Amino acid sequence: MSAQTSAPPRISFWNDPFWRGLIFQAALALFVIALIWGAWSNALDNMARRGIPTDFSFWNKPASFDINQSLISYSAASENGRAFWVGLLNTLLVAAIGVVLSTIVGFAVGAARLSKSWLVAKLATIYVETIRNVPLLLQLLFWYNAVLKPLPAPRNSVSIFNTLFLNNRGLFMPQPLPQAGFGAVWLALAAGIAAALALRFYARKRQRETGAQTPVGPLSVALIIGLPLIVYFMAGRPLAFDIPKLKGFNFDGGMRLTPEFVALELGLTLYTASFIAEIVRAGILAVPKGQSEAAAALGLRPGPTRKLVIVPQAMRVIIPPLTSQYLNLIKNSSLAVFIGYPDLVQVFAGTVLNNTGAAVQIICITMAVYLFISLVTSFAMNLYNKRMALKER
Amino acid sequence: MTPAAFLRTHSEPVRPPPAGQTGFVHLVRERLFGSLPAAIFTLLAAGALAWAIPELVRFLFIDAVWSAPNGDACRAPGAGACWAYIWRKLPYFTFGSYPEDQRWRVWLTMAMGAILIFWLLRRSLPGRNAAAALFFIVYPIVAFVLLSGAPALGLPNVPTDLWGGAMVSLVVAVTGIVLSLPGGILLALGRRSKMPVISALSTGFIEFVRGVPFITVLFMANMMLPLFVPEAWAPDRLLRPLIGVVLFSAAYMAEVVRGGLQALPKGQSEAGQALGLRYWQRVRLILLPQALALVIPGIVNTFIALFKDTTLVAVVGIFDFLRTVDTARLDPEWAGPNISATGYIFAALFYFVFCFGMSRYSLGVEKELSRGKTH
Repeated sequence: MSAQTSAPPRISFWNDPFWRGLIFQAALALFVIALIWGAWSNALDNMARRGIPTDFSFWNKPASFDINQSLISYSAASENGRAFWVGLLNTLLVAAIGVVLSTIVGFAVGAARLSKSWLVAKLATIYVETIRNVPLLLQLLFWYNAVLKPLPAPRNSVSIFNTLFLNNRGLFMPQPLPQAGFGAVWLALAAGIAAALALRFYARKRQRETGAQTPVGPLSVALIIGLPLIVYFMAGRPLAFDIPKLKGFNFDGGMRLTPEFVALELGLTLYTASFIAEIVRAGILAVPKGQSEAAAALGLRPGPTRKLVIVPQAMRVIIPPLTSQYLNLIKNSSLAVFIGYPDLVQVFAGTVLNNTGAAVQIICITMAVYLFISLVTSFAMNLYNKRMALKER
Repeated sequence: MTPAAFLRTHSEPVRPPPAGQTGFVHLVRERLFGSLPAAIFTLLAAGALAWAIPELVRFLFIDAVWSAPNGDACRAPGAGACWAYIWRKLPYFTFGSYPEDQRWRVWLTMAMGAILIFWLLRRSLPGRNAAAALFFIVYPIVAFVLLSGAPALGLPNVPTDLWGGAMVSLVVAVTGIVLSLPGGILLALGRRSKMPVISALSTGFIEFVRGVPFITVLFMANMMLPLFVPEAWAPDRLLRPLIGVVLFSAAYMAEVVRGGLQALPKGQSEAGQALGLRYWQRVRLILLPQALALVIPGIVNTFIALFKDTTLVAVVGIFDFLRTVDTARLDPEWAGPNISATGYIFAALFYFVFCFGMSRYSLGVEKELSRGKTH
């Protein structure tokens, strides 16, 4: 009532934005609530009639199907909840490797598009335009059905130095088996990383105080790779390799990457890399030419100019769209269902759903998981972005 | 008055640049071997091309089988791509199992769509508002009647189980494009609204949809939607993924449109208020024309993504173009080592032509619009 009396007398009740907004929002809220309530009661009704389970008891029932790739112990006797974790871990595995690989390829291709060599720049352009304009699913099917499946049978594998074997059952690699004393190598690796971080800290401080540069990059590589390597040889090479051997119709021993995994990783990486390449190119081009000219005027050589002037400014432009590409990659990994890689969607929203019929619960859980992963990733990337962003004082 | 003797009366002829600064040799040296790393990369790339191009030409053209009654010629050792198979399967790739004597209806629908799209896209043609009204309102209804049939008009019903191939891909894409733009505009306006309930609902919807994979949205539309309505209303099997496509692309479109709305200065809306325009008048006459023009590249990118995403409807059992290509390669009459690759290359060409065309068109529009802004 107060709004009405305090308003100028000319405005009628239905023209007052406050009341109008209130009524409109109340009507919308009522409509949405009615919609949800209607859907809910219909769903309960329909599910009861069709005998679809409405609770979560399926979670602890035996899954009774096999999964051909699992990071945790799993068998057909395990329960559906276990299958969920297997699928989720497989999704995270494929996404994590895909993020790393597509970043490497994407940055390389993005740099190649700006190459001084006309031929390299053109090739990179052709790569980007072709891959970006063809659906990812088509590329996955191509890698899986047209490239990996027609590979020879294990007997006629393509072998590389007799240690790597590529055939239609997948890629077989020697499996490293840590022997007694390998713990020292892990320790050396940890020490190397810690030393590299300390070096970085010291170099920052030194540069702030004296302006002198320290070659952090090469030294860190030497510390992180060299230190464990030295310890490894000093400890008498405590690592054995289980090399895959042909036994009957298939290989035995070693590590195996399934064709599904290879095809999915290949497709996701190449597809996402083409988008990252465009982002990188745009980011580098967004740095004004005056910046590199000013750096040259200050006497910086091309290498330090790139490292200290161009890349830090380009990264500010690159990171936000890069984040959404990472998120896209994670979501696109769900296309695994089309080529049979046992990811979350294939295992949980596919097989478990078909076996149990608990559609509503399973789809809601699956969506919630992806939503959670997306939120966590964008949160982490926002933190990184905040660190890289222009500090305005 | 005679000019001073030290002033030139005519200009010197322009001298040619020094030798080695022009011509083909210079261009090659500069563009291909400008520096040592560039030279190394050029050589590597040239080596890769020298290996790949003859192989590709051999596979795609020289050794390709251009016409054959069945797969025998394609199975011969050393044979390349099997274009005969594509030619034979082309009707299936285009129409799926749509009854043969009714296929003229699909042709008619496609032709009308093509004409309307051409009319809409040629910025020089007159009456583009009429074209927009026809394409966004009349065409969907006519297309629906033509494709699914109306016994009253003498068009027998064709159930959607028989639909397939490129026609389904285009139906899904066009439905998504026609409905996602208005949906996205509404959601974007809702997200920017000052009314908390509306803004929260829009934001929640947009962020939820953008946070989950498209496949799960399709699963939801396919399996949960029929549960949410009374049994008699259960939507058609093609309608369900269509709803999923529209909801999904509307959320992405909303973010693009929001970017355009945010780029407009606040004064635009305030000036509209000062002129006495109501909210929807301001939106229609002042905000949207400017905001949409700003984000045309983003809108087209969303359309391209949507077109590529139509391939995923196969997960709920719809026979779209890619699905027909992927099933036809299993036909025992044609099955052979090169059939899969041939089919996928053909499908890639199909999608590439549409997506690349759209992106080129948006580049052209962008250039045309920015022409007025540069001095």
